[in-house]
Amino acid sequence: MCLAIPGKIRSIEQADGLIRRAKVVFGSIVKEAYLDMIPQAREGDYVLVHAGVAINLVNEEEALKTFAHLEQYGGLEDLLPEKTANGGR
Amino acid sequence: MKYLTEYRDPELVDKYLREIEKATTRPWALMEFCGGQTHSLVKNGLVNMLPDKIRLVHGPGCPVCVTPLGVIDQALQLAFKKGVILCSFGDMLRVPGTEKSLLQARAEGAGVRFFYSPMEAVQLAKDNPDKEVVFFAVGFETTAPANALSVLHAQQYGLNNYSLLTSHVLVPPAMRAILEDEDSHIDGFLGAGNVCSVMGLEEYEPIVEDYHIPIVVTGFEPVDLLQGILMLVAQLEKGVARLENQYSRVVPYEGNPAARAVIWQVFEPTHQEWRGIGIIPGSGLKMRPAFAGYDANVKFSLAPRAIPDSQECIAGEVLRGHKKPPDCPHFGKKCTPLNPLGAPMVSSEGACAAYYHLMGEV
Ligand code: SF4
Repeated sequence: MCLAIPGKIRSIEQADGLIRRAKVVFGSIVKEAYLDMIPQAREGDYVLVHAGVAINLVNEEEALKTFAHLEQYGGLEDLLPEKTANGGR
Repeated sequence: MKYLTEYRDPELVDKYLREIEKATTRPWALMEFCGGQTHSLVKNGLVNMLPDKIRLVHGPGCPVCVTPLGVIDQALQLAFKKGVILCSFGDMLRVPGTEKSLLQARAEGAGVRFFYSPMEAVQLAKDNPDKEVVFFAVGFETTAPANALSVLHAQQYGLNNYSLLTSHVLVPPAMRAILEDEDSHIDGFLGAGNVCSVMGLEEYEPIVEDYHIPIVVTGFEPVDLLQGILMLVAQLEKGVARLENQYSRVVPYEGNPAARAVIWQVFEPTHQEWRGIGIIPGSGLKMRPAFAGYDANVKFSLAPRAIPDSQECIAGEVLRGHKKPPDCPHFGKKCTPLNPLGAPMVSSEGACAAYYHLMGEV
């Protein structure tokens, strides 16, 4: 559960009041992530996302490399809805 | 061994292995702190490919594994309370409490939900004003910003039915505790890249100085881990101790100050019990009094519960690096991921589960 997964910001919306939320693309998965910790983030930026919050910016090359690694070694299970539905495995 | 052919950079892996071999003249015990790194080292078979002189000791860096039994029982107690929905990360599902796990509790009708993010629990609280939503907030410094932020959002929404049951752990005090432990002889640490992405590297400088021990902040891929090991060995062979950043392409020295500001707005350091290890001073986070309204401990007047661990499970020795999972008599027999006796068999980042899955793949 500790992995932070890099993804690309597809769009940013104002959720409620001042809260900014992004749609972040991880391969074929799209998840929401809050941008409170990186107010400078823009559409197209790559961010490290953990538990639904973007915790830092990361450059594109690194993001793609890390993502490919996680994909290959099964590090993406945190993102999958089935994980919640079938009890984690 | 199927995993050997799967590296994207087999040549690079080979090259690092050869360089490590060449650089190592004496035995060194290296600890990778983080469970994600343990998982990668074991799963990729690196533990068996390193020179014999390098002994890898697996650290306690799995938040699921070190969440105390007493706190899991508190979560169970809340889950069975009328009107309460207890939420947590999916990894907490099977962790055994004294009598049962949250998964078993849910099967018995308790209010239990599992989420990818605490923000989903805030949404649940918003949608269900007649329910009390409690998020069981476990994790290291990587997870602390998300858990803290959920409280700030709940406050912005004016919710009074959202709270956290916290069991947060911090890396640097635990490193110190391991170094103070006379039975663990660690020569160098691989630091956790994700943690430093938030916290930065500065807080590790005093550890390097006080204990004259090298720390190399490292990523998770095989090549990252091997490069980190090589950097540690190079320092040790030269007799120097420095803080180095193998993962600088992802982790800036200063981490993310904005994320730290959110952590320290909501939380303050506390003495924290680690399952299997005991209390480590200043190694956890609790909610500041200003956020008492969002603190499940205060809200539900939870009494502290110190519950001794099962006698059968030797997780404490595994988490301190004194023993390896296969040294446990129950490993793979009475204790499996589907029927875990102890927490390190539950999470994929737990050392026992990592070894169990490795055996299945060989
Ligand atoms: S194998 Fe099971 S019983 Fe043994 S130390 Fe690991 S979790 Fe505990």
